[in-house]
Amino acid sequence: MAAFGTAAGRSLQGRGGSPGFGLTLYAVLAVVIMYLDQRQHYLEQARYVLQAAAYPVQLAVSSPPTAWRWLRESLRTRQTLEATIAQLRAHQRDLEILSMRYEALARENGELRGLREALPPVADRWLPAEIVNVQLSSLRQRLLIDRGASNGVFRGQTVLDDKGLIGQTTHVGPWSAEVILITDPEHAVPVRIERTGLRTIAVGAGDASSLALPYLPSNADIRSGDLLVTSGLGGVFPEGYPVARVTEVHRDAVQPLAQVRAAPLAHVNTDTEVMLVWFRPDHPAAPKSAGAAVDLRAGSAKLQPQSVAPRPQPAQPETAPRAGPAAQPPAAKRPEARPSAAQPTPGEPQPAAAQPPPAAQPPGEQPPPPGQSPPGQSPPGEPPPGDQPPPAAQPQSAPPQPPAQGRP
Amino acid sequence: MTSAGFRVRMIFTAFAALILAVLPLPRWLDVLRPPFLVLTVLYWSVNAPRAGGIALGFFCGLALDVFQGPVLGEHALALVLLSYIGVREHQRIRSKPAVQQSLIVWAALIFYEFVLFAIDGWTGHPVTSPLRWVHTFTGALVWPPAAAILSYSEGRYS
Repeated sequence: MAAFGTAAGRSLQGRGGSPGFGLTLYAVLAVVIMYLDQRQHYLEQARYVLQAAAYPVQLAVSSPPTAWRWLRESLRTRQTLEATIAQLRAHQRDLEILSMRYEALARENGELRGLREALPPVADRWLPAEIVNVQLSSLRQRLLIDRGASNGVFRGQTVLDDKGLIGQTTHVGPWSAEVILITDPEHAVPVRIERTGLRTIAVGAGDASSLALPYLPSNADIRSGDLLVTSGLGGVFPEGYPVARVTEVHRDAVQPLAQVRAAPLAHVNTDTEVMLVWFRPDHPAAPKSAGAAVDLRAGSAKLQPQSVAPRPQPAQPETAPRAGPAAQPPAAKRPEARPSAAQPTPGEPQPAAAQPPPAAQPPGEQPPPPGQSPPGQSPPGEPPPGDQPPPAAQPQSAPPQPPAQGRP
Repeated sequence: MTSAGFRVRMIFTAFAALILAVLPLPRWLDVLRPPFLVLTVLYWSVNAPRAGGIALGFFCGLALDVFQGPVLGEHALALVLLSYIGVREHQRIRSKPAVQQSLIVWAALIFYEFVLFAIDGWTGHPVTSPLRWVHTFTGALVWPPAAAILSYSEGRYS
């Protein structure tokens, strides 16, 4: 406000000079702020404070819709409520039946993978968050949620709803956080086609109902209805969470790349509540940032290649973003410790799993140029699950064979 | 009116416009939403050129950046440039009839959006959808009534 004083106190009668001064001052200030924010990331603290200051306004602004929702909720009739309860009961019963054998299956799966005991689920704890404000324009697809650093929320945290992946947090304030949706044009999720194991990137298309998969060669094995799950590459999202379902595959004989669209499973534009998830950092399927990968190398006494099965652990290759061949395959974390061979040998049994990283730079990941053979893309390290055979093959048994896609 | 009186009104109306600008709206309406805060800044820099329109532009832009900017300082720069134009040309703009003012505002909004577009491109958040230009039209259409409301808040002095 002091600035207002200085600018207003001056006489601007002889125009030109003074507004020019104000222009220069503030324009330079704005450019400096932009530079610091964009290139140096010095302004995290300032952003944190500004986000805290903005939160009351955002709350106030979103209060009319909230009040309306509350009003509608409280005016529901008894019949509607009873119907809802019955529906939820039925749903819960179905879920319980589905999960009845979960324990047994988890142990069995662990044994098949050569582990002494089943791994705990990768999600450690989760926290529901209310959506306070929504921006769904073609330029930005963001949410504001009512949980922030005071709840332990951190930057780059995974956000889910009950159907699938929604996005990740970008700016975290003390009591609020901004979530960038997977449909934001600036956002890209590394995904895997669940049926074939083929990995690619799903980029937001700027509208709440579609994702684009721009990097698939036109002979890629993908068809409408395929489920996309997170591949675990990129170091943000853990492996295996559902993202989207392919809705449209357009192949043009002339074009080297297929045009593929997918619809996100999460109800991006109708949700009122989302889930923030914390993952067990030591779980093999957990996302690991580049920094974490370094830690892995340091603390690797525990990280051993698996002794029993020559086959790479499924799900592992994904983790280390660009740790490159030299890095200890993070996958290697197994209970049984086999001291020696571990560290510097990214070459042997495990390695099959370690290979993918080179191909796995975060954003650009495999933009398979037309000429490059897709095999690099659906690499040998790919988790056994249904390697090639289109009919989702038997997971555990099939030896990984090079994907059969020919070149264009 | 004194500069102080102006400043109180400026801050008050700018705050109201900021709320209108960040109010959640359904998507089709959101595309059409006129840039209320930009119009307010433009109005004050044209009608109260001595009260510090450029500073107002800067702080309003910063507020917009906090709410919806990919980079801090982006809207601030665009609004500073816009309010500079407003302050510099205030006599020429003020003396025009409403329709011509609307056309000038339209041109100014296109300039504003172009600055944003350019900064988006430089900072690596390019959004090329033509929808981003729609609100320049609605902004120009809304200008006469908005200016009338703001001049009412001004109390028709000056």
